[in-house]
Amino acid sequence: MDHLLEIRNLKITTLRGKDKVYLLDSVDLSIRKKCSFGVVGESGCGKSITASAILGLLPYPLRVAEGSIRFDSRDGEKELLKLSRKEMRQVRGEEISMIFQEPMTSLDPIFTVEMQMFEALSFHHPGMGKGEMREIALEMLHRVNIPRPEQTLASYAHQLSGGQLQRIMIAIALINNPRLLLADEPTTALDVTIQAQILHLMNDLKEQRDTSIIMITHDLGVIAETCEEVAVFYAGQIVEQAQVVELFTHTAHPYTKGLLRAVTSLGGAQRKLYTIPGIVPPGGQWSRGCRFAERCEQCMEKCREEMPALREIAPGHFCRCFLQDREVEA
Amino acid sequence: MTERKSEFLLEVRKLQVYFPIRKGLMKRVVGHVHAVEDVSFSVRPREVFALVGESGCGKSTTGSAVLRLIEPTGGQVFFRGDELGRLSEEEMRLKRRDMQFIFQNPYASLNPRMNVWKLLSEPLRIHFQLSPGELRERVGEMLRLIGMTEDQLERYPHQFSGGQKQRISIARALITHPSFVVADEPVSALDVSIQAQILNLMMELQQEMELSMVFISHDLNVVRHISGSVGVMYLGSLMETGDTEEVYRHPVHPYTRALLSAVPSHDPLHRSRHIVLEGDVPNPADPPGGCPFHTRCSLCSGRCREERPELREIAPGHCAACHHVE
Repeated sequence: MDHLLEIRNLKITTLRGKDKVYLLDSVDLSIRKKCSFGVVGESGCGKSITASAILGLLPYPLRVAEGSIRFDSRDGEKELLKLSRKEMRQVRGEEISMIFQEPMTSLDPIFTVEMQMFEALSFHHPGMGKGEMREIALEMLHRVNIPRPEQTLASYAHQLSGGQLQRIMIAIALINNPRLLLADEPTTALDVTIQAQILHLMNDLKEQRDTSIIMITHDLGVIAETCEEVAVFYAGQIVEQAQVVELFTHTAHPYTKGLLRAVTSLGGAQRKLYTIPGIVPPGGQWSRGCRFAERCEQCMEKCREEMPALREIAPGHFCRCFLQDREVEA
Repeated sequence: MTERKSEFLLEVRKLQVYFPIRKGLMKRVVGHVHAVEDVSFSVRPREVFALVGESGCGKSTTGSAVLRLIEPTGGQVFFRGDELGRLSEEEMRLKRRDMQFIFQNPYASLNPRMNVWKLLSEPLRIHFQLSPGELRERVGEMLRLIGMTEDQLERYPHQFSGGQKQRISIARALITHPSFVVADEPVSALDVSIQAQILNLMMELQQEMELSMVFISHDLNVVRHISGSVGVMYLGSLMETGDTEEVYRHPVHPYTRALLSAVPSHDPLHRSRHIVLEGDVPNPADPPGGCPFHTRCSLCSGRCREERPELREIAPGHCAACHHVE
């Protein structure tokens, strides 16, 4: 397998009354080894459920309707969607792990940090002794720059700050040396100076280990600072995908352009902010044409009738827009 | 009470808010959280003053204390020359017609059992005696200003998106035609593309209704866009104040510098060089002596640990609280 993770034609549905509603529609993603891959989009675009689907953690009534998620694990290639619950548990935390958005609520309040770190270790290494586990736990806390590791091990979640908790979450996620780390908005709940600390830490850790990172965020700034490749999600689809520099310098899709203009016009000279008109259409209320058509300034008749395909417009740069086709043909 | 003439609409002087920490069976007060410590600033008519800082720095508490939604422990707040602290509850209630508050979370600040008509007419019923016709007219006018239509009057908050809800709560705050509002993180709960819409709306309304505003936010880009002057808060104190562009272009306080450099840049070719601050914000129940920032400051010297720096003017209109700034 060339890639660490290959998602093909992934579709996720939910039930609304008796109707089947698609929340994620034919998503293809390939994550290279030792790569940090950004997934960006607004709330409800399907970025977080993609991560849940990879880990087999989709909450009821969401389910995978179609597709495949192939993962290059230590003992050969695996089709994650076909694994049994027991086999999936072996992958989770050992080969693929996850950091969640809110560090304040993702640690268990009634166990010490030590117990929660040991749990992650002993689950995958049943024979490991207390002394060895403690050594590894201390080493990990040291790696994530926790000031007093010994004291922190004995602490409960409420005794620590948000930044420290997120460091501990990262330490727990990396304790088994996973091949893939899913980070779902890891800095959204944190202050900007703490965000800078955590992003630095993640960049350093990526350099030291061969862990690939999927960074899920709504913040293009976080993507620009940490990722090599990026996919932009809109209404359950990928609308644009490219290397980070290519995406920011040769932005092709009107939605990506809009997002970028909306954030960069902040602090700019003009008083009136650029806005994308309208709102993100909720899941299941998508038109049969281009899903961005209603909000697009360059919308053509064709866009309302027909869904544009995700096409390669430059080497490694994919875009889902008819305007690009025209430029390619011309 | 003597009328004080002033160029400022709002003047805050040495505002203090302490919250008692109670412990034990008798709920004995064992200490205080110093949420706001000697904060002073002034807001001119039609000016937007922003309070910016990280969570727990006291910016929201300052906003609430200005309107006496939280009773200040010390200091004075003057509004149009009246000292608000001396007003009775009833007098303060009348004042609030002219001073309003926009809350952060539109999902929580609108009563789910009231429809748009009730939500918007309630402030008018409380503050004015209007005929049903006048009431309809005022509500209709406000709806137009926020870009909504009369056929949405019968709807309830859950039928609207986050952005629309925030429009409704802005309308609710502005329907009494106040001259001053405190807006506490009004766009933080919204998606990026919706944030821009609400910010544009707030700036239009601010111009049109000639509002003065204290705009509270942790988002440095938003603050730069909307405000004319700014106060940077850390651990309950103002670290730096001044004209917004001036502070952003030439930050002098080490904390402001670190804060501004921590904002992710939107250009992958020029990844910003962060000044990464070590450690966390100290506990406000047990603030460090001397300068509140000295535990994380790279310039920290002996004097910083001993003596609390005052907010001093370092250039016309630009103040900083730091011993190391000339």
